[in-house]
Amino acid sequence: MAVSPARLRKRRRLLLTVGGVVVLGIAAALVLNAFRDSVVFFYSPSEVQARLDDPSLKLADRRFRLGGLVAEDSVVTLDDGVTTEFTVTDGAGEIRVRFTGMLPALFREGQGVVAEGRLEGANLFIAEDVLAKHDENYMPPEVAEALKKSGHWEGPEAAQ
Amino acid sequence: MIAEIGHYALVLALALALLLATLPMIGAARNDTLLMAAARPLAVGLAAFVLLAFGCLTTLYVVSDFSVVNVASNSHSAKPLLYKISGVWGNHEGSLVLWVFILALFGASVALLGGNLPARFRARVLSVQAMIALGFLLFTLLTSNPFLRLDPVPANGAGLNPLLQDPGLAFHPPFLYLGYVGFSVAFSFAVAALIEGRVDPAWARWVRPWTLAAWIALTFGIALGSWWAYYELGWGGWWFWDPVENASFMPWLAGTALLHSAIVVEKRDTLKSWTILLAILTFSLSLLGTFIVRSGVITSVHAFASDPARGVFILAFLVLVVGGSLALYAVRAPMLRPGGLFQPVSREGALVVNNVLLAVATGTVLLGTLYPLIEDVVSGQKGSVGPPYYALTFVPLMIPLIVAMGIGPLLKWKRDELGAVLRRVWLAFVLALGVAVVVAYLQDGGPVMALVGVALGVWLIIASLVKWAEQVRLTDGLAGLGRRIRRLRGGVWGMVLAHLGLGVAVLGMTASTAWEEAVLQVMAPGETVSVGGYDFTFEGVTPLPGPNYTAVTGRFLVSRAGRPFAVLDPETRYYAEPPMTTTEAAIRPTLWGDLYAVVGEEARTGGWAVRIYFKPLQHWIWWGAAIMGFGGLLSLFDRRWRVGVAARARARESETIGVPAT
Repeated sequence: MAVSPARLRKRRRLLLTVGGVVVLGIAAALVLNAFRDSVVFFYSPSEVQARLDDPSLKLADRRFRLGGLVAEDSVVTLDDGVTTEFTVTDGAGEIRVRFTGMLPALFREGQGVVAEGRLEGANLFIAEDVLAKHDENYMPPEVAEALKKSGHWEGPEAAQ
Repeated sequence: MIAEIGHYALVLALALALLLATLPMIGAARNDTLLMAAARPLAVGLAAFVLLAFGCLTTLYVVSDFSVVNVASNSHSAKPLLYKISGVWGNHEGSLVLWVFILALFGASVALLGGNLPARFRARVLSVQAMIALGFLLFTLLTSNPFLRLDPVPANGAGLNPLLQDPGLAFHPPFLYLGYVGFSVAFSFAVAALIEGRVDPAWARWVRPWTLAAWIALTFGIALGSWWAYYELGWGGWWFWDPVENASFMPWLAGTALLHSAIVVEKRDTLKSWTILLAILTFSLSLLGTFIVRSGVITSVHAFASDPARGVFILAFLVLVVGGSLALYAVRAPMLRPGGLFQPVSREGALVVNNVLLAVATGTVLLGTLYPLIEDVVSGQKGSVGPPYYALTFVPLMIPLIVAMGIGPLLKWKRDELGAVLRRVWLAFVLALGVAVVVAYLQDGGPVMALVGVALGVWLIIASLVKWAEQVRLTDGLAGLGRRIRRLRGGVWGMVLAHLGLGVAVLGMTASTAWEEAVLQVMAPGETVSVGGYDFTFEGVTPLPGPNYTAVTGRFLVSRAGRPFAVLDPETRYYAEPPMTTTEAAIRPTLWGDLYAVVGEEARTGGWAVRIYFKPLQHWIWWGAAIMGFGGLLSLFDRRWRVGVAARARARESETIGVPAT
C-alpha cells in the first residue's frame, strides 16, 4: 500500500512524540520515587533534638546529614583502634557521633564537620561517612548557616 | 611589568573580541566581503593576545612573583615546577584565563582550518564565538582579574592545596576545559546556521569533527578526574555524583547525543532541528557547569572559594546566552526544511532511541543536581541528593541504552528487519547470559543489578566486535583480511572502539562496586591479613622527607598462595604550606582487580590503623574510558574530515564520469 510522504512524516512524528512522552513519563515516575526516598537532608544538633518527634520528618528512621563543630576534647578512639567517637555541637545542642573508618585529613577538634548516617536512639548518631573538605579554612556552608541560626557564629560576617 | 603586560593583553583581547563579535556579523548581513574577511585575522589576533596574557600569568607563577595577589595566594616558592605551572589554573582567576584561552584557540582553529567553509557562514561562526569570548573576558576583567598587585609584597605565597599537587590533577582541568569550551564551536555553528536559516549535510560534516574533538577531551578529562579521586582521596571511591562532577558529566551526555544526531543529519539530512537544539543545549550545560562550579550555589566537596558577585555575573551571562539562542531557535527552527523519511526500525530509529535516552538521562542528572537549590528556595531546607537517587533514575535508563547500542550499529539506514539483526548478534546474547550465570555461580548469586551490569557489559563488547567482524568480512577467510582491516575507515574503528570501551567500563563499574572486599583494622608490624585472595603483611612505617612535605611510609608485603607478589608503600604526607595532611594510597592494579592500601593514624594501643581493599576490575573503568577516547581519536583522523578531501573526491568523480569508456 502506497502511503504519501506527508502521511508517513505525520505518522513518524506521532510515533516519536508518543515514544518521547512514554520515556519522559517513566523518567518522571523514577525521579519522583527516587526523590521521596533518597534526598538526604541536613540538620544541626539542636534541630535534631528539637524535631526528633516531628512525624513529618521521621528523623529516627531516615538517613540524614548532621553538621556542626567538633567539640573540644571530645574525640575518643575506641578499643578496636579504628572507631572514633566525637561530639558535634552547634552551641545550642550536641549529639555524640560514632564513626568506623579513617577520618578525613582535615578532621580536627573545633573545626566544622558534616557526618552522614542515621540516629541510634536519641543521642547517638552512627555516621557512615564523614565528609572531607578540601581546604583547612573552609567551613561547610550548611554548618556556617546552622551556627548563625543558633547564634554561635564566630567567623567573619560574609562567609568567604 | 609582566603583570601589566598581561593585563594590557587581556584588555586588547577584549577590544578585538568586541570588533570580531560585531563587524563580520554586520558584514554578513550587508554582504560586505571586506568586513566578513576581517573575521579570520581578528580571530587569530584574539587568540594571540589571550595567549600572551596566559603566558604572562604562567611566567609570574614560574618566577614566583608574590607582588601579584593571585600568585601570592595560590603559589609558594618551594613548590615543584610542574605544580607552579598547574597552579595557574588551580584557582578561580587563572582557570578563567585558561577558559578564555581555549575558547580563543578554538576560534582561531576554526579561522585557520575552516578554509572549506563558505565565507559568510565562517564570518558568522567566528562572530558568535567572539561573543562568548567577550562575555568571559568581561567577567575576567571586571570580577576576577588575575593581574592585580599586592602591597606590601609578602615574603612567600600561601601555597597550593596539597591535594591538588598531583600530576593527575595538573592535567585534569585543561582537558575538561578543552571539552567544555570545545562544545562552543558546535554552539556557534548552530547559531550561525539558525541565522542563515539553513542546515544541510555539509553543516553536519563541518560540525562533527569539532564536536568529536571536544567529546574526546571531555572523556579524558572526566576519566582523569575520577582516577585522581580514586587514588588521592584515600578511600577508593571513583565517582560521587557530586554537583561538580555532574557539571562535567551533563555536557558529556548531551555532547554524546549531539555526536550521534549529527551523523543522522550528515547521512540522511533529517533530525536537523533537534540537532541544532542539542548543540545549543550541550554548550548551555557547559556554561551551567561553569556557573555551578564558580558560584558555589550548590554545596560540593570541591568547594572552590566562591563569590556571590561572580555567581550573579555568570548567571546573567547564562540567561543571556541560553535565552538568546533559544529565542533565535524558536523563531528560526520552523524554517528548517524537514528531511528524509525512515522507519522506526532503522539506523536512524536507533539513533533517535539513543538521543531520547541520553537526553532524558541528562535531564535526571540535571534535576538531581539542581534539586538541593530548589528545595532550599521552596522550603528553606538544606538537602543533598546522593548516589541512591542516581541508582534509581540514571542507572535504569542506561539499561535500554546499552541494549540498543549493541543492535543500532548493525541496522541499515531507512528500514530494517529487527528479527534478522537479532539473529546476527546471537553470540553476544549467549555470551552475555553465559558470563552472568558463571559470575552468579562464582559469587554465590550476588546483587541482581550487578549481574545485569555484567551481562550488559559483555553484550556490548561482543556486539561491537560482531559489527567489526562484519565490517572486515571476517567470515570471508584470512586471505586479504589484513588488507581489509587496514582499509577499515577511522569512523568505523571509532564507533566500534567507543562502544566496546563503554562495555569495558561498565564491567569495571559493576564489579568494583558490587564485589569489593575491604578490611579496616589496626595492624602491628609483622601482622598479616588476607583480602581478595592476597595476604598482606604489615612491615611497619618509616619517615620519609619530600620536596615540600614530610611523610611517613607504611610497607606491606603482599603474597599470593605463599609466593611474593607485590610491595605496597602507602604514605601519609604532612604539608607545612598550607598546613594539611594527605594520604597517598598505594595501589597495585592487576588485570583482575586492584590492591589498594592506605595507612592512617598510629593507634593508642600500638600499631597503625590501616585500610586494605581488593577492588575487582577497578582499572577497567579507566581502560574503558581510554579505549573510548582512543576510538574518538581514530574517528577524528578519518581521512573524510580532512580539508578538501570531500571536494577533491567529488571533483574526481565528475572527471571519471566525463572520461569516455575505453
